[in-house]
This record gives sequence, structure tokens and C-alpha cells, in this order.
Amino acid sequence: MPHDHHDDNPHSLLPSEPALRVKALETILAEKGLVDPAALDAIIDLYAHEIGPQIGASLVAKAWVDDGFRAGLLADANTVITQLGHGGRQGEHVVVVENSPDTHNMVVCTLCSCYPWPLLGIPPGWYKSDAYHARAVREPRAVLAEFGVTLADGMDEAALAALVTRDSMIGTGLPRAPGAST
Amino acid sequence: MTRIHDMGGRFGDGPVPREADETRVFAIGWHARALALTVAAGALGKWNIDASRHGRERLPPADYARLSYYEKWLAGLAKMLVERGIATAEEIAAGRSPAPAPDDLTEKCLVAARVVPALRSGGPSARSSTAAPAFAIGSRVRTRPIAENETVAGGHTRLPAYAAGRPGTVVLRHGAHVFPDRNAHFHGEAPRHLYTISFAASDLWQHAESAGDEVRLDLWESYLVPE
Repeated sequence: MPHDHHDDNPHSLLPSEPALRVKALETILAEKGLVDPAALDAIIDLYAHEIGPQIGASLVAKAWVDDGFRAGLLADANTVITQLGHGGRQGEHVVVVENSPDTHNMVVCTLCSCYPWPLLGIPPGWYKSDAYHARAVREPRAVLAEFGVTLADGMDEAALAALVTRDSMIGTGLPRAPGAST
Repeated sequence: MTRIHDMGGRFGDGPVPREADETRVFAIGWHARALALTVAAGALGKWNIDASRHGRERLPPADYARLSYYEKWLAGLAKMLVERGIATAEEIAAGRSPAPAPDDLTEKCLVAARVVPALRSGGPSARSSTAAPAFAIGSRVRTRPIAENETVAGGHTRLPAYAAGRPGTVVLRHGAHVFPDRNAHFHGEAPRHLYTISFAASDLWQHAESAGDEVRLDLWESYLVPE
């Protein structure tokens, strides 16, 4: 590791092993009385067990079964989220958008990794990756394809017909999802 | 392009990396500790979220590219601790501190009992403003031609380089919000109106993947001029 820029980049002074870097910074702050190790445990526990995508899923499900709730969520998500006891850090100002037959929404932060923590928890590694940051805005459909998602507006009639099963036409089945493996 | 973090639209990154088990919140134990430590240190109030983002953006490009996501957080945290006078370079090198911090700082220590209420309240950026918004929904606007901080060379900005100098349409108005370009440098919150602007893919990219697609960005009023 280069050691020629200590003043501007104190990270070069830390141990090379990341776990030891965390330990060094935690020790310094704890010895100064500025960090409570029990508070770190509480933060980790909160995001590991309490705040995660199940919260967002509960809101989506409620919007599916309750038109009034859905309209409120789309018009002023922050009020609705606060009323349900959610919201807070990294989700202070939320706009909810919905997909439709002609609109598919996809979220990316190309500059850092902004993400609605109170609704979805801590973002997955790929959301924070250079490849996702770089490509999601320029070639979203190629990125979606890597996730197994093909949007119907990019499909021709033959591809659409391949989604329609016999059972879906009888009514004892549903069409295949675009991009799903057959 | 101002700094290495501003990578939207960049070529050459290859497939988006996936993990075998994406249900795990923290892939490695120290990731969780790095996140928690960063959150707890932020609660001391010696910097704001814009400054901490800028701290990571200012890492040397070679380090930024080499370090993993949470390693960048640790590097940014070490930088903020030294720059804001909480720890010395000697303490960082030793991994120890010989003495407690002053009382006015230790009293801000985030204790375990305060974690849930502190995270629940977060740090809203909306501010009241008497200034009328300059643009209406549906207005055609154009972004500033250079995606750089207007007052600080190499400073923080939230206008991505790929969207500089491009025409777009106002689709939402969010009221006034803290202006990161000033706040990141401790030059005050300088709140100004924030908008969601829609850009046609064909106005952003020479070879748009699908001309009908759009990219929507939240941008502050001073990034925009009437089209």
C-alpha cells in the first residue's frame, strides 16, 4: 500500500486487513468515549433483523388490496410511511412509483449508493457495484437481462406467443413471465 | 467529469457481480461493523451526509477503484475523523487513543438506547423557503454545461457528468432541500428548490439502447436553466 499521502489520506495508516481497520477505528472512538460498542451491536441488529425488504413488501401488498392506500402512497408516500411507523435514515424523502403495462421503473444511484433503507434495508452488494452504477443508466435493458428480466415492449409476437401456455388459455394456469426460463 | 465516483454511463465494467446468497444483509462480519461505526460516528454531528459522501469521493482514484465498498466507507471515515479534529494521524496509525474526547463531544455519543429513535428520525433535508420555484411541472429545462461544483474546485455536486448540458422536462417538484454543493463544504445549507427532471435516453447517449426510455434525476434549481 502506498504510504506517500498520509496527511490527506489517513486510511493509508490503517492495517491492511479490513477487519483490523474497523477494529482500529472502533477502538480509537470507544477510548475517546465517542462510540458505544453496544450501540454498534444495536445498529447491526436493527438492519440484520428488523429493517429489510419485508417492510417494502408489506406496503406493496397493502397497495394491491386497498385502492385508497395505493392512491395515498403514490400521492404522498412520506405521510403514509410515517403513519405506519416506518421512515427515517436514508428514507427521509421517498417518492413511490408504480410499474404499468408500458412503464417499468428501475432504481440506481450512479454517484454513491442512495437507497430507501427504511423500506428495503441495506442494499445488496450488486446495487453498490461499479458495474451497476455505470451501466444501469446507459443500458438498463442489458442489465435487466442479466437479472433474467425481459420487458414485454421489446418482444415480438412470436416471443409473446411463447409466454402463452395452453393452461393459461383454459384458465387453469397463468402465462409465463417474460424472461422466465421455460 | 469531476471525480472517479461519477461513473454513470461509463463503458467497460462487465457484468453486474452477483453473490451466491443475496439474502444475507452483510456478506462479511466486518461490513456490518463498518456500517454501524460510520452511522454512530456521524451522530457526533461533526460532519453531514454530504461531507461524508465527498470524503469518499476525494479518495485518490487508484484507491477508490481498488477498495471495496465498505473499505471506501472506512477510508472516508478515517479522513473525516482527522479533518474534523476528532482523531490525529498518529492515533489512526496507532489504533489507540490516549485520552477521552472533550465533554461537549462525548455527550453526543450515540448510546444503544438512542439507536432506534435516532435512525427512525433520520436527517430530513427538506427546508422551508420563501423563494418561489423557478420552474413549473412540464417546463423544459437544460442542465448546466459542466458538472462541477460552482464555487469549490473539485467540490461536491449531485449533477452527474453524463447529464450535464442536456435538455429535460420537469416532472416533479419537491420543495426546497439542503444544497449538497454547499453543505458538503460546511458553507451552510443554502436550501434551494429540488426537482425531478426526465431526460430522453436519446438526449443522453450517442447510441441509446432504446430511444423511448428515459432517465429521471433529482436535480437542484441552480443546476438548471430554462430551455
